[in-house]
Amino acid sequence: MENEKHHIVPYMTHIMVLLGLILLTVITVLITSVELGAYNTAAAMLIASLKGAVVLLYFMHLKFDHKIYWVMVSLVIAIFAAVIVVTFFDYLYR
Amino acid sequence: METVTHTHTADAHRDDTASKIGMWLFIFTEILLFGGLFIVYSVYRYMNPVAFHLAHEELSITMGFINTIILLVSSATVAISISAMQKNDRKMTMLMLAATLILAAVFLVNKYFEWGGKFEHGLYPGSDLMKSLSNGDMLFFSLYFFMTGLHGVHIIIGMVLLAITLAKVRSGRVNGGSYALLENSGLYWHLVDLIWIFLFPLFYLIH
Repeated sequence: MENEKHHIVPYMTHIMVLLGLILLTVITVLITSVELGAYNTAAAMLIASLKGAVVLLYFMHLKFDHKIYWVMVSLVIAIFAAVIVVTFFDYLYR
Repeated sequence: METVTHTHTADAHRDDTASKIGMWLFIFTEILLFGGLFIVYSVYRYMNPVAFHLAHEELSITMGFINTIILLVSSATVAISISAMQKNDRKMTMLMLAATLILAAVFLVNKYFEWGGKFEHGLYPGSDLMKSLSNGDMLFFSLYFFMTGLHGVHIIIGMVLLAITLAKVRSGRVNGGSYALLENSGLYWHLVDLIWIFLFPLFYLIH
């Protein structure tokens, strides 16, 4: 692709993203140290997914690159999510 | 991609977009490999909630937390090295790649002590202690060793890739006009970070 434009991500963006990720990590550790019953795991997974999304969008450049990468990644995540749902339907209702 | 402006003639054909799509396709197979293991873990944890909770207390949250921070920082340094290369700042690129390699090595050293502590207590795959554990405990530790071990192998592969990239940046074969290798090694390194982001809460932070 000859004319694909280059987005140079500023260093500062990477550093802010890093600080955000570290903050989320601290929050996960704190949240799992208090008693929230079943919500502990849900909260931990939610934050992990959020961190994963940030890594994909910023560090892995999905936000800045050609849309096709974003579409491909979304499809794979959707397939994976479907497998999780089907597996748990099986185990929860057998 | 911008047209090649520097003066080498070896590459008659170059398609950076295709090589990046290829890298992503490979990353998808990795996501599904670890994804499958995550599902196995989830199902066994669902079936053995108490054993998993008790077994996880053997793991040090502090150690896991430090390693998480190390990987996050190393991911940022790789990301910065790519920005630096796009700005044609070779020195910064090399500095950031070297920093990443050092952080990766520190991660492995931590892992060595973590696993070493378990081994000393006789806890390793196939050990007598492991065989004497209850079903749930055994599943937890088997999955722990297998998944963090497989992740560790990925760290080593990532280090090799980044070291090769660093050498090529140094020699000028990877440069501001041609840096697909840097981008692709970077993607691989972020994947390693991405997997750890899920491994950490699943093994260290069970409540």
